[in-house]
Amino acid sequence: MSLKRPAPPRRAGRTLSAKDKYGPTIISISTVVAVTLIIRAVVIRSSQWPRIKDQFFNLDVIIEVFPKVLHGFGINMAVWIVALVVIAIWALILAFFRSLNGPWFTPLKVFSIVYIDLIRGLPSLLLVLLFGFGMPALRIPGLPKSSLFWGALAMISSYSAYAAEVYRSGIDSVHTGQYLAAKALGLSQVQTLFHCILPQAIRNVFPSLLNLAVALQKDVALLSVLGVRDAVREAQIYTARTFNYSSLIASAALFLVATIPLARLTDYFTKKDRQRRLQGA
Amino acid sequence: MYKIEVEHLTKYYGKNLVLDDVSLSVADHEVVCLIGSSGSGKSTLLRCVNDLVPFNEGVVKLDGVSIHDPEFDVKDLYKRIGIVFQAYNLFPHMTVIDNITLAPKKVHGRKKAESEAHGKELLSLFGLGDFADSYPEQLSGGQQQRVAIVRAMANKPDILLLDEVTAALDPELIGDVLSVIKNLREQGMTMLIVTHEMGFARDVADRVCFLDGGKILEEAPPNELFSHPENPRTRQFLQRIIESGRL
Ligand SMILES: Nc1ncnc2c1ncn2[C@@H]1O[C@H](COP(=O)(O)OP(=O)(O)OP(=O)(O)O)[C@@H](O)[C@H]1O
Ligand SMILES: [Mg+2]
Repeated sequence: MSLKRPAPPRRAGRTLSAKDKYGPTIISISTVVAVTLIIRAVVIRSSQWPRIKDQFFNLDVIIEVFPKVLHGFGINMAVWIVALVVIAIWALILAFFRSLNGPWFTPLKVFSIVYIDLIRGLPSLLLVLLFGFGMPALRIPGLPKSSLFWGALAMISSYSAYAAEVYRSGIDSVHTGQYLAAKALGLSQVQTLFHCILPQAIRNVFPSLLNLAVALQKDVALLSVLGVRDAVREAQIYTARTFNYSSLIASAALFLVATIPLARLTDYFTKKDRQRRLQGA
Repeated sequence: MYKIEVEHLTKYYGKNLVLDDVSLSVADHEVVCLIGSSGSGKSTLLRCVNDLVPFNEGVVKLDGVSIHDPEFDVKDLYKRIGIVFQAYNLFPHMTVIDNITLAPKKVHGRKKAESEAHGKELLSLFGLGDFADSYPEQLSGGQQQRVAIVRAMANKPDILLLDEVTAALDPELIGDVLSVIKNLREQGMTMLIVTHEMGFARDVADRVCFLDGGKILEEAPPNELFSHPENPRTRQFLQRIIESGRL
């Protein structure tokens, strides 16, 4: 025999109180307001603010340089996209060479190791200078003279070394049982890599590859040292003429508009990847 | 005439002697079970038979020809021998039907339609007709294990190597997979089976080999080996199995 007790209140089915519903929003909004007020009090109220505003956030200047900076930014984006495609392929080839086994393939493997070690040991800026100024200076007939071309090639060479290592860690992350299964089915080394290993490897390191893509998007600006008129260069030209830095802020804004969505996308894929792994475990 | 002959096989992993002068033969349509404690080298022996791992000494022969003989067609090895791994090793990024048809299409040059028809036929034979387009992770352990068996059979092999195909399964699922294997035996498949299921070995095997520390210590028809084990190590091993209630 048992006494009938009232069922305990169920949290999940309970209607949310006003506090639960609006609390987080109120907290977020009040934080933003407080921070804004503090910034106003400290920065904008300060005696320096009019000067700072004029130097960095001058709307007239920004409107004036915007078309040029935007045009420059188009070059950044174009170089970025072409470089991404070439890097994705070239890095894959390097990682492929590196993963080969057997005496026949030793030269390719050694080439890949030396390439990756050399390039990763050098600052990207140095490579850009070396390629961008050095190659045209050789005046070898038939080779392109454009510093844009050589600069982009330097970035591609540099980032490919990193991307190759990312691919390789992806390849290493695939369980040896997958190789055994492929071999037992009679697949060749190359078939194994393309049909069985790489699809899994790329899925495993996709977030890391996207991170590299974000970094590259900003590093394309290194080409400005060669005189390539990208967004940063255009902004710099204006600054040099007028000693006003608002043009740099304009180009900064463009970079942020481009990189932040990509960063969010990376987060999204990282989260999805994590969920997949947790499910698999 | 033996189908598989393993002669004086010795295999080291680094300095670790894993197989020590192992000799073993399997005749046409014969089913041989390998038993032995964990780490005794059972999986390694299977892997040596179809040349998945290199070995240091000895020969493996298929129909009397060494698999390392220049005359031997390596393609034949993978076509004629199917292996099912302890951990399935299905390709997680491919659907079930792609897992099964990969080798027929890419290695044996069969047409897509033909190999898919054959694959689907095998799948329904194994009670998996509805899962052709699923991914491995969407299947239960027993279903994955059967897919692995189907994949090994898609090349129409005449020899199957099975490595503890029930080790990772729930007890209810073990029966399903074991009856699948009994069916294969009835169809005349030559099999070399590593198993911990002594009852199953007794049912299905023509011969049972007890492997211990990389050596085959005893080899006999199941009734003899299970009822009158001669080697003290075999007796000890079987005793432990009986105590754990698995015979
Ligand atoms: N890839 C490897 N590298 C180094 N040592 C290995 C490797 N694979 C197996 N071994 C060693 O070889 C020995 C035999 O392993 P094997 O997998 O053949 O045993 P097993 O009889 O199948 O055991 P289990 O019943 O646990 O599956 C073990 O000592 C193991 O540590
Ligand atoms: Mg094993």
